[in-house]
Amino acid sequence: MTDWSGYLTLILQGALVTAQLTVMGCALALVAAFVAGLGRLAPFAPLRWLATVYIEFFRGTSIFVQLFWVYFVLPFAGITLSPLMAGVLALGLNVGAYGAEVVRGAILSVPKDQYEATIALNLTRLQRMRHVILPQAVPLMLPTFGNNAIELLKATAVVSLISLSDMTFQAQVVRAQTGNTLVPFLAILILYFAMASLISYAVRLLERRMTRGLDGVR
Amino acid sequence: MVPASTKGAGVSDPIIRIQQLEKSFGPLRVLDGLSFDVQPGEKLALIGPSGSGKTTILRMLMTLETISGGRIEVCGEPLYHMQRGGREVPADEAHLHHMRRHIGMVFQHFNLFPHKSVLDNITLAPMLTKGEPRAKAEAHAMELLDMVGLAEKARAMPSQLSGGQKQRVAIARALALKPRIMLFDEVTSALDPELVEEVLLVMKRLAAETDMTMLLVTHEMGFAHEFADRVLFFDKGRIIEQGPPEQIFTHPTHERTQTFLRKIIAAGHRV
Ligand SMILES: Nc1ncnc2c1ncn2[C@@H]1O[C@H](COP(=O)(O)OP(=O)(O)O)[C@@H](O)[C@H]1O
Ligand SMILES: [Mg+2]
Repeated sequence: MTDWSGYLTLILQGALVTAQLTVMGCALALVAAFVAGLGRLAPFAPLRWLATVYIEFFRGTSIFVQLFWVYFVLPFAGITLSPLMAGVLALGLNVGAYGAEVVRGAILSVPKDQYEATIALNLTRLQRMRHVILPQAVPLMLPTFGNNAIELLKATAVVSLISLSDMTFQAQVVRAQTGNTLVPFLAILILYFAMASLISYAVRLLERRMTRGLDGVR
Repeated sequence: MVPASTKGAGVSDPIIRIQQLEKSFGPLRVLDGLSFDVQPGEKLALIGPSGSGKTTILRMLMTLETISGGRIEVCGEPLYHMQRGGREVPADEAHLHHMRRHIGMVFQHFNLFPHKSVLDNITLAPMLTKGEPRAKAEAHAMELLDMVGLAEKARAMPSQLSGGQKQRVAIARALALKPRIMLFDEVTSALDPELVEEVLLVMKRLAAETDMTMLLVTHEMGFAHEFADRVLFFDKGRIIEQGPPEQIFTHPTHERTQTFLRKIIAAGHRV
């Protein structure tokens, strides 16, 4: 009989790494999505170009290649990151590029009427965004953001390629050491699903809160 | 031939001066050298067939469109131009912001902010643009809501209001910034017929009680007659005829004005 408690602890340690990567990656992705999404709509052309280049580049190359660059190539430029930081950076920037299009789309879908009312009320560009446009656009972003966060969670497994001991990595260690395939892989199957469900639930909760009082509008 | 304002004593500098104004949408030329002045306190009705450019004129005054040529002056300052280094250059966002404080607008479709309560819709701009403290902004907002007869709706969300109520809130919201000029673009034409009267009533009271300059685009000829000091009849971006309402509505001299008024009456609008 194998003593499973030690091995399961190993997998749970991996789950912690996966959770860390997901939370920090999502935080970075959120920031990147707003910066680039708003950048795409900026009144200054250079900002728009910069945002477009970022979005197209990160959507047009694979997460594997991005991770290798961040971890193996950046050190040649004098930037050495821990595996965790490299993972967060690659995941955050990658998913942020998709999020940027969500931000842009949601902002553009706020009716032009609303924008014109803010001009007639003499709000500044920033005030328009902050008080009128974004409060109406963010609820529209949430469902897709939820999907993006789950995509990010699932993509965290790539970090095992730079020797970070996430959940998938630990499951393989356990499998190699015990010779048992079913238990470790069933464990991570359940854990991934639980984490994804948690994200879905949190996003739905947030959505309900933010659209309160808005019923009958859309 | 600008009649003296009802309120002002004698001739004063115009509060709005439109000179050789041009506006094109792509190949479509909507305004082609339009000029007219508006005196401080004057109540102006802009009438004319659909597509004649009335909305475009108001939108240009509210800086919602760019100009293709010509010049607009508001309160003695150019709207779309500014001085820089002794030369006149196109206005930047800061100049437009500076000029917009003179002007407020009420839209055909109200354009209330759906995520804000009635009270917050009204206090938002005074708090942000004038830095008014919330208590002061809310007190003023309540006065305005009282004036439009909606004090009890202060905490309601826009989605809970009828069209007529929404439009009265929109009027209060525009007034909260105390603009010298108010623009009304067909503010009753999106309303069910039975809700038109309550909005017109508010506007009549406003016209009687303030010395604000008001420009009104409307198909309500009866209301224009009562409201306006001067009526401008537009067709294809030009002023065909203008004068006091009695003259335009009872003795229009131009054939196109007569045809237009006949059609409006036939369509069931009161004159
Ligand atoms: N954003 C726009 N793009 C293209 N054409 C426009 C736009 N706005 C108005 N127009 C055109 O300009 C003309 C004048 O429109 P408008 O000022 O709305 O007339 P009115 O308010 O008198 O009915 C119309 O032919 C209309 O189709
Ligand atoms: Mg119009």
